[in-house]
Amino acid sequence: MSLVLEGVSKVVDGRTHIHPTTLTFEKGTMNVLLGPTLAGKTSLMRLMAGLDKPASGRVIWNGEDVTGRRVQDRNIAMVYQQFINYPTLSVYENIASPLRLMRKSRAEIDAAVQKTADLMRLTPMLDRKPLELSGGQQQRCALARALVKEAGLVLLDEPLANLDYKLREELRAEIPKIFEESGAIFVYATTEPEEALLLGGNTATMWEGRVTQFGLTPEVYRKPVDATTARVFSDPPINFLPISKTGDRLLFGEGQSAPASGPLAALPDGRYTAGFRPNHLHLDASPRRTIAFRTKLHVTEITGSETFLHLDHGDARWVGLVHGVHDLELERPLTVYLDPAHVYLFGPDGMLAAPAAYALAA
Amino acid sequence: MEKTVNQKAWFLVLPVLVLVAFSAVIPLMTVVNYSVQDTFGGNVFFWAGLEWFEEVLASQRIHAALGRQIMFSLIILAIQIPLGIYIALNMPKKGVWASVCLVLMALPLLIPWNVVGTIWQVFARVDIGLLGRTLSVLGVDYNYTQNAFDAWVTIIVMDVWHWTSLVALLAYAGLQSIPQAYYQAAKIDQASRWKVFRYIELPKMQGVLLIAILLRFMDSFMIYTEPFVLTGGGPGNATTFLSIDLVKLAIGQFDLGPAAAFSLIYFLVILLISWVFYTVMTNLDKKEGV
Amino acid sequence: MARITLSNLAHSYLARPRSEADYALKRLDHVWDDGMAYALLGPSGCGKSTLLNIISGLQVPSEGRVLFGDKDVTNAPTAERNIAQVFQFPVVYDTMTVRQNLAFPLENRGADPAYVKKRVQEIAQMIGMEVELDRKARGLTADAKQKISLGRGMVREDVSAILFDEPLTVIDPHMKWELRTQLKALHRQFGHTMIYVTHDQTEALTFADKVVVMYDGEVVQMGTPTELFERPAHTFVGYFIGSPGMNVLPAKVSGNRAYVDGTEIALDAGYGALDGKIEIGVRPEFARLVAGDVGLPVKLRRVEDVGRHRIVRTEFFGREINIIAPEGASISPDMNRVVFDASRINVYADDHRVEGQAA
Repeated sequence: MSLVLEGVSKVVDGRTHIHPTTLTFEKGTMNVLLGPTLAGKTSLMRLMAGLDKPASGRVIWNGEDVTGRRVQDRNIAMVYQQFINYPTLSVYENIASPLRLMRKSRAEIDAAVQKTADLMRLTPMLDRKPLELSGGQQQRCALARALVKEAGLVLLDEPLANLDYKLREELRAEIPKIFEESGAIFVYATTEPEEALLLGGNTATMWEGRVTQFGLTPEVYRKPVDATTARVFSDPPINFLPISKTGDRLLFGEGQSAPASGPLAALPDGRYTAGFRPNHLHLDASPRRTIAFRTKLHVTEITGSETFLHLDHGDARWVGLVHGVHDLELERPLTVYLDPAHVYLFGPDGMLAAPAAYALAA
Repeated sequence: MEKTVNQKAWFLVLPVLVLVAFSAVIPLMTVVNYSVQDTFGGNVFFWAGLEWFEEVLASQRIHAALGRQIMFSLIILAIQIPLGIYIALNMPKKGVWASVCLVLMALPLLIPWNVVGTIWQVFARVDIGLLGRTLSVLGVDYNYTQNAFDAWVTIIVMDVWHWTSLVALLAYAGLQSIPQAYYQAAKIDQASRWKVFRYIELPKMQGVLLIAILLRFMDSFMIYTEPFVLTGGGPGNATTFLSIDLVKLAIGQFDLGPAAAFSLIYFLVILLISWVFYTVMTNLDKKEGV
Repeated sequence: MARITLSNLAHSYLARPRSEADYALKRLDHVWDDGMAYALLGPSGCGKSTLLNIISGLQVPSEGRVLFGDKDVTNAPTAERNIAQVFQFPVVYDTMTVRQNLAFPLENRGADPAYVKKRVQEIAQMIGMEVELDRKARGLTADAKQKISLGRGMVREDVSAILFDEPLTVIDPHMKWELRTQLKALHRQFGHTMIYVTHDQTEALTFADKVVVMYDGEVVQMGTPTELFERPAHTFVGYFIGSPGMNVLPAKVSGNRAYVDGTEIALDAGYGALDGKIEIGVRPEFARLVAGDVGLPVKLRRVEDVGRHRIVRTEFFGREINIIAPEGASISPDMNRVVFDASRINVYADDHRVEGQAA
């Protein structure tokens, strides 16, 4: 069982919403589409489902070209951000509805509904109407309805976005469990990098209608192919700094430099953009943190166990994430330290010139 | 959103197509036929080309009817749209009274049109009608059968009574879709009632109002039954609007040629105006959906 | 600027409430100090939006009083309270330009046009929208619209408090950072009393000087983010704040030792005899996975890598214990014990925190 998108694109009124994209999803994989709003995640999912016809390219399911085939003829299920359930049917009937359409026997339907309801912890609510349930329960009902079909392809479009923060955490922990049980191809769209990391599987980062990278989630996170992917896959936002390489040293400005060792040595001299994640900036020096930046602290945000530092470095606004609660004086100079092993180098074209050394080691 | 192409839908539409063909397209073709031919009776027809069209377009009488019609439609729109909006703004939004109001509003729309005409015909009569008699008792010189102005006023009041509810109901539906947050923000901004209407309610009701204007315009431009029942087009031809004139031409005088030509022109005029409205509406939609 | 007092306040949507359960907001007495930034944090349905609407005047409470300064405003309409509110969905007047939007509240009060112009310019600069001042509000992005909403709220200099009802819900995660820092910077600069309702703990903890945690219509705890994090007064606070929330385990406590299913755990403080349901709570940040003989024996279930740290999910006799391990920490299969930082263990009796005596 596999889904292949071959050069599919979507053009609306002359504007390209999805640039020609080729992706392959294997059986039993969880695939995350990660990108900001309007990046094209929903459009791409609709192309996969068959709700929209691609302007070019083909959709191939299990080796068969299904481009242009109606949605009803495909074996898919979809869950939306708004909890979509049939309001006049009970939860039991909601979950049973796809099976009834498939004309399964009463016994089969009952067994499948009970099993799925149990998995989604809805058994006590089976005879209630969706509107009587809480948001989280309604979404679980929608998920159950999608799962009970045992479809080969399950599409989830930001299903947890309308839920409470804590509920989101809970449901998110349940989704991998359900996913393991079903063996279908899951495609999950989200705007939050943390969700992608928590769900695992593969991630496709999207930006303005293009898929910038697709691969195993930790790989895409640790080894982004370009600055755009690094930016999409970072929350808080990744920090950038223009640097240059001369001979065997990388110059970070302010007299700070680091040796260009290993793969970096082979790079041509010139200007690059350094990217480093907020959690790699530290308040205390250490033998490995050889780069020191003089910044001005603009705002601190304390979450109870961590502190976000909003720093001004020249014209740039950086974000740092440090452990512990630090109540620092604002609008004062602050020195932060960076281990060069955590620096990604991007070329002038935005493509990755060299990944951070720590990422290679992992 | 593009739907995947589905040929089966055509079969569902087929019965409708057949029905429409039978009841509208074929008769329309007959009219076209008549409009380019002339007859002296006895089912003998001569090709007349565009002669009827020329005659109709130049006819003084048609121009006069057209003038009356346009004035009528404009007056109707000028009264019914603001009045409908005003009623919608003051209707309760929820609770029992909301249902009561909705039902009351719907009642005039349910009455068959010739009955409407008859109701007002009697109502406004100077001798036995409640309105007519009251007015003459009060000393007002009112007689819709003899005075052109009074006839106009009566027809307009009748139409307002009959159709304002439609505008009100459409505007009401439009208002219901406005989220509470907007009203709350306006309260906080200390906006006056007028400003709330101008900057929140009116913009959000745009689409619905356009539909209301289109519907009312089309209906008033084609109006026949009510004025015919009320005044028969009189006194004289003071209230002879376009369709009344057309019927007189076709059935009264049996001038099928000019009548057919006239019908076609009439049809095309309405089509043109509706198309203009439609284009404006879809452009508004596009702008909204940025 | 004003100090807001809620006195004996309660609210029920029913005309004749019969029991506690009929109240959307249970009895509370609370003072919001002038110039502080507060967050109202809680799950959906906890009553935080109701409370906010009572403060802003969009809802009249069924019982109790609301005072602004010394003035009783319980029945006063919103207009008289001089507050500003930013809603979940950006509320802008679509047909007006940004400039007209910002000027609207001032014009409605009949302010001098020269003053209005100057003020609009100031506010536009503050929210970073000087360039778009003459654009129509309709075509702008969600975060730009929220900024306009915020600007419209702040344009009146005499505004006493600014209320936010989950304002970042429709904003992209990327833009949330910018908006959050702007809000914080604005608060520092102007010192308005700000009350921010949210169900997102990161937003609440980063924004507020004091966080008010609500559950089921009641205020469960009010404190600084640090207090809520280190000493949650109620197991609900422990659970709701922190990702993942606090680990709660039933235990027997005597002296300065706790016993969880037979395993002994050292405590930093001493406790006397305790009644009711006794539990200990430890945050995942203060738990470690080790090898050896000391600590709770657990089974390793999953390790989730969130980039900046890892969440280790283990199971202890059917209960989940979560641990947060630093990035790059090694997790080996022979690590099957969990130890807690003794100074960070909280003891709870019937869900309420018990203060121990320092040993």
